[in-house]
Amino acid sequence: MTLLSPEEWQAVALSLRVALWATLGGLPVGILVAYALARWEFPGKQILNGLVHLPLILPPVVTGYLLLLTFGTRGPIGSVLQDIGIVFAFRWTGAALAAGIMAFPLMVRAIRLSIEAVDPKLEQAGATLGASPLWVFATVTLPLVLPGILAGAILAFAKAMGEFGATITFVSNIPGQTQTLPSAIYAFLQVPGGEASALRLVVVSVVIAMTALMLSEVLSRRIAKRVAGA
Amino acid sequence: MSLTVELSHRFGTFALDASFEAPQGVTVLFGRSGSGKTTIVNAVAGLLRPDAGRIAVGDRVLFDSARRVWLPTHRRRLGYIFQDARLFPHLTVRQNLAYGRWFAPNVGRSEDSARVIEMLGIGALLDRRPGALSGGERQRVAIGRALLAQPQLILADEPLAALDEARKSEILPYFERLRDETSVPILYVSHSPAEVARLATSVVALQDGRVARQGSATEVLGDPEVTPLGPGGAGAVLETTVATHHPDGLTELQAGGVQLLVPQVQRPPGARVRVHVEAQDVMLAIRRPEGISALNVLPARILALRIGDGPGALVQLDVGGNLLLARVTRRSATVLGLQTGQEVFAVLKAVSVAKDGIAGRGILPH
Repeated sequence: MTLLSPEEWQAVALSLRVALWATLGGLPVGILVAYALARWEFPGKQILNGLVHLPLILPPVVTGYLLLLTFGTRGPIGSVLQDIGIVFAFRWTGAALAAGIMAFPLMVRAIRLSIEAVDPKLEQAGATLGASPLWVFATVTLPLVLPGILAGAILAFAKAMGEFGATITFVSNIPGQTQTLPSAIYAFLQVPGGEASALRLVVVSVVIAMTALMLSEVLSRRIAKRVAGA
Repeated sequence: MSLTVELSHRFGTFALDASFEAPQGVTVLFGRSGSGKTTIVNAVAGLLRPDAGRIAVGDRVLFDSARRVWLPTHRRRLGYIFQDARLFPHLTVRQNLAYGRWFAPNVGRSEDSARVIEMLGIGALLDRRPGALSGGERQRVAIGRALLAQPQLILADEPLAALDEARKSEILPYFERLRDETSVPILYVSHSPAEVARLATSVVALQDGRVARQGSATEVLGDPEVTPLGPGGAGAVLETTVATHHPDGLTELQAGGVQLLVPQVQRPPGARVRVHVEAQDVMLAIRRPEGISALNVLPARILALRIGDGPGALVQLDVGGNLLLARVTRRSATVLGLQTGQEVFAVLKAVSVAKDGIAGRGILPH
């Protein structure tokens, strides 16, 4: 890539990887949590709802610091994971975790809304035709909420690409390891003569964001048409 | 195979306490809205868990509160035809029809599927999606989908209620064929006397969560206690056989000890034909009327009189061994001095004859 310096390119590639993993890793959990919030009644539902939305409301620095406390090598979860060879602190995996958690509320919101839009009567019809609850979910609910899942995933991906505060607090700003697009732009702006690099990365950010948005628009329209049964 | 239902369930101020047996053929659950029809069907389907009772199809127990048996919906082997079709919008008609087969224990034979598609006339719709179907087409596909799940019990909850008259008469014959061609019990919810008259093998009349009356369609519909006194609705059913076709275009039907003359019925002599006579289409006279154009003037005996709070009265008649209902005004009942046991004459103004295809209410020849 001649348009970008190797250092800039590294930040772009890392950001894409972090955002992709943040999105893919978050999806199964996001779908489960969204389903639970939309369809189940259980004690502590409001607490779960609050926890999911917390990253949206807390200052990102606070989220990053809490991550550092729990997932750092000395944290209660981090130390256990370290024993089985999984390290988050100051690694790109940590950046993905931070981005995933920050993007989680947006993802769950979109998916939950589309699950609530599915008529439970259709799911009942599936059950009367012999489909177990798991099959009903796989053959009726999931296909019908696909547009919502896609919207949630794209939203989460965009949020993960732009995550800055929690990431830099949790995993710092190590070039090639944890320096994502926003932290690279921030770093370039801190040194004299870095404006040109920063500007190029800003353009890249805008292009990626627009592409993602348009892609989601096209895909969700196509799926919505299929699901609407026309 | 028959369906046995014994239920008691309570929610809020409503108490359901009903038990009945649904033999092979169509058992219509009949009653006003709020009488507990849908609650019963949903309990049979496993969509609602009743407080206590027992539900069994043949010797397969679906629910038994005493023995703590509760089979989940998907293991009950049902075919549930909903009022609102409930086709899966993301699947084609073909995939909708195949849906139940994916889960049926013994994979269905393809000729079954071909036969059902043929019977319902939905062959041309297979590649469409439900969004592109009319209401009647959707309901036909829903019937097919339920049948192809190889059910051991068919449930239909007012499957025609959302359709207009034309669509209703489009679907009704399919239910008649279903009744005549399958050995599986069919539990059919309706509050339309016309549907009951046409489809029912037996009728369970519900009132405020209790079984008010249970029996054959002719018995239950001919009982003035079952039918409401409000306008419209009430009417009796006669089982008749075609006697002869007259050259002037009339068909003579034999109903017990009496003959009825109706516009030509396209069935051979000896064929069984069910006739629905609405109570408002029956006039009463205390002497044989003369100089009247009506052809069907039948001697009758009053079995029961039911006078309501309104201006109407319902009279149950024995007409040559058949039960018939007549709706007259309370004033007429008083003026004519109608009383139980009295011999009168019933003048029939119109009947509905269930033909192949469309059955309409036809004004009788006079």
